[in-house]
Amino acid sequence: MARFSEKLKSKKFIITCELFPPKGTDLRSLLKKAEALKGIVDGVNVTDSQRAIMRISPLAVCHMLREKDLEPIFQLTCRDRNRIALESDLLGASALGIENILILSGDHPAVGDHPEAKPVYDLDPIQLLKTARTLEGGEDLAGRRLKGAPRFCLGAVANPSFKPLELQISMMEKKIQAGAEFFQTQPIFDLRTFKIFKEKISNLETKVIIGIFLLKSLKMAQLLDEMGLKIPKGYLKRLEKTKDPLKEGMDIIVDLLKNIKNECDGVHLMALGKEEHIPEILKRAEMV
Amino acid sequence: MIISEQKPREEILGMLRGKGRVFIVGCAACATKCRTGGEDEVKEMKRELKKEGKKITGTMVLDTPCDERMVKRDLSHLPSLKDSDSLLVMACGVGVQTIGKLIARPLVPALNPLFVGTTERIGRYYEYCSLCGDCLLDGFEGLCPLTRCAKGLLNGPCGGGVDGKCEIDDELDCVWALIHEKTKNPFKTYYEPRDYKKILMPGKRVVR
Repeated sequence: MARFSEKLKSKKFIITCELFPPKGTDLRSLLKKAEALKGIVDGVNVTDSQRAIMRISPLAVCHMLREKDLEPIFQLTCRDRNRIALESDLLGASALGIENILILSGDHPAVGDHPEAKPVYDLDPIQLLKTARTLEGGEDLAGRRLKGAPRFCLGAVANPSFKPLELQISMMEKKIQAGAEFFQTQPIFDLRTFKIFKEKISNLETKVIIGIFLLKSLKMAQLLDEMGLKIPKGYLKRLEKTKDPLKEGMDIIVDLLKNIKNECDGVHLMALGKEEHIPEILKRAEMV
Repeated sequence: MIISEQKPREEILGMLRGKGRVFIVGCAACATKCRTGGEDEVKEMKRELKKEGKKITGTMVLDTPCDERMVKRDLSHLPSLKDSDSLLVMACGVGVQTIGKLIARPLVPALNPLFVGTTERIGRYYEYCSLCGDCLLDGFEGLCPLTRCAKGLLNGPCGGGVDGKCEIDDELDCVWALIHEKTKNPFKTYYEPRDYKKILMPGKRVVR
């Protein structure tokens, strides 16, 4: 099977999704979900203690996904590691055959379950992208030679709902210059936001994989709305009225996918623990 | 200046347990400005400690308790210190330690130092400087991202801000939004990783 990096270079429509490592060492449920995604998605993001809630190391989970012939995308945040640890983990990933790295700043510890933790942010995402490219050149940040250089396929994130959007676009340009080959975005819910974003990124030479989110309850939709991710009022109403919010959420996501699948480079499905429904969603959206 | 808050009374009383005779030291500089250790606060502390049954052996608001010369000139020779079980210091940690270096009496810190910040008005203080050792303000329209971005990012904002506010506090301005408002330009310049050996702890500067 072609690797994610090769697919990125082709004209192929990219489908990725994400798995959340558990809090603890029991990976049975995660690996079962992963098994069901084999052959259906092109890459599986493994989050790095997302929302700053402590979880098992994504590097370990990525390795286990590789062993199961899945293509992991290792999410590496700047939140918890200084430059020594970041370089060290990048080398470790490469040695394990994990080449896809999604680089992000990481949700601040203050919003997570260890709010007392020391935030690190020794490097910012742009500095980390450059660092990964420096390592590929056979040197570390201190200018010391490496015994064996890594190879990466580097990604970064963008937020289509960010205001002012121009600022986010200029950040994407800066990330491309620093070494980003692809972007995965925060979720888009309304087509207007998508269209405006699409127009603004039309000149960027990169692959942009659009985030699509499975709303599984009204409460979750309201929470995301408060976080600044505009949820259309119609969706909120649908989720309020229905007796089966998960089914309603799946109908919504299928509609969205049908609307955008011919308009972008790929989609990134965020199913938040309901990954077992991804095959069905893709089938209903006529994407498999 | 150094912004501080007073420790809770119970905590101070806990540290003073078993110490009946207390000398109170205040600070005429930063702690006076943010009303945590000036003349008024020292008086108030004296009243409260007396109510708790403590004997106050003396009080003194030093010009700058962080300066050894002031401590020597105004405080260290006072006879009443010898008569005290403890010095309650209403100053930042520098004040406490400077006094501790010169006066061999048990010390109790009364304040929690918070940050180096600006005073909008009494009761509203904001952190503006991280003492980073390499001032960047020229490049960012006079607004420090290292200090005023919750993640200290140098090359532009994260994606977590909502409507110009920070992801950790919706009342806190995203400094990148403020910088962008001023420049209107994209953030093209690349900023290298910071050199933290410039501010290795403990800091030391010996000029002569």
